[in-house]
Amino acid sequence: MSFVTRGFRGRRRLEGPPGRVPPGQYVTTDFPVLSAGPTPRVQLEEWSFTVTDAGGDTLEWTWSEFTSLPTETVTVDIHCVTKWSKLDTTWEGVSLDTLFARVGSPGSHALFHSYGGYTTNLPVEDITGGKAWVAFRYEGEPLASEHGGPARLLVPHLYFWKSAKWVRGVVVSDSDRPGFWESYGYHNYGDPWREQRYAGD
Amino acid sequence: MAGAAVRGRLNWLAAGATQFIDETPRVRSIVLDCHDWPGHLPGQHIDLRLTAEDGYQAQRSYSIAAPAEGDRVIITVELVDDGEVSPFLIEDLRVGDRIEIRGPIGGYFVWEPTRGGPLQLIGGGSGVVPLMAMLRASVRSRSDAPVRYLSSARAYEDLIYRAELETVASEESGVEVVHTLTRNHPPNWTGPTRRVDREMLAEHVWPPAVSPLCYVCGPTGFVESVATTLVELGHSPERVKTERFGPSGGVRR
Repeated sequence: MSFVTRGFRGRRRLEGPPGRVPPGQYVTTDFPVLSAGPTPRVQLEEWSFTVTDAGGDTLEWTWSEFTSLPTETVTVDIHCVTKWSKLDTTWEGVSLDTLFARVGSPGSHALFHSYGGYTTNLPVEDITGGKAWVAFRYEGEPLASEHGGPARLLVPHLYFWKSAKWVRGVVVSDSDRPGFWESYGYHNYGDPWREQRYAGD
Repeated sequence: MAGAAVRGRLNWLAAGATQFIDETPRVRSIVLDCHDWPGHLPGQHIDLRLTAEDGYQAQRSYSIAAPAEGDRVIITVELVDDGEVSPFLIEDLRVGDRIEIRGPIGGYFVWEPTRGGPLQLIGGGSGVVPLMAMLRASVRSRSDAPVRYLSSARAYEDLIYRAELETVASEESGVEVVHTLTRNHPPNWTGPTRRVDREMLAEHVWPPAVSPLCYVCGPTGFVESVATTLVELGHSPERVKTERFGPSGGVRR
């Protein structure tokens, strides 16, 4: 049960347009950086992205192969569990639908892996059907390394820790295994509109 | 490490302000008394919620500045110009006022004496807050792990926890404290006076050969530069843990 804090009125700055800012969030115009360790530096000639399906078969794309796939440009709002939201961000990348179109058995759950060791888990239904991309351009420019470049996952309808930076591949299967922050008490699913920040929310 | 994981729902808890410590002209520590506080590890943070009379709420995250000690939770808040929550906490909150907190949150950027050392703490600005929780835990537990603490501030007056750090550095044989002052420094200042760079990290950080556990916290540019340089100097990326701090994480590039 919440109670009033004496004297607090709030400035409601940058509250944002109605229906765009989830509960507990505030709008920022800069682009904060959050990560648990040093930024991995990945050379493009060494970069690859792999999709491993539920049957254990793996597809692999080099950087030039990957960036030659059909891309989509999307403008979306992003919501970080640390309370900031950023509206109208524009990204270019490859839809997960495009990648999964070539996969035999998609399975029910996905675990994304990143350079540097980060992982995050999502239901396959949350990354298919036009809901997720592997993005490599931001606001028309190559994605900066501190923001996840060469390429990061983009799943804007979930808290942004699900949009793993520095992605190198995804393994799909029929079992759900928690990723990095999901193992440290953050919510397994992470819907910002239901304010699913931490386990049990 | 999974032992640090937070399990079960984190409920909002009432917490009363019992004491304030003005650390610098822009930074204030707030001692909160929270009856059902479940305890925390050094380096973890809380979410804090304020509610206005019309029901409007604002939430922010703050690092905890000291190791767990009963019902006491200490946070250290830096004034954010044009901020919504920090000006209230620094200028308006009085002893006896109640706010809501929940936590502890985060289980990766933590250190406790059982983790051993050597321990290397590197903080920029108010990024020293979670590092101070680790240092205080080390001192309080009489840990064998030797500690080096390197902080960067603009000026002498901006050094958070300055007096306590001076005392700890002079009384504890296993603790070394170095501050660099990047904008102004007193005439008799003998420490470094430039931004943390490769030479400073090579000189004042435990060498890679002794495999220190490194914790880096500060604004984005600071953390990016320090963490990258540590890896270049030969520190294993797995031994370098980072956390960003500040108004909303830093500048846009």
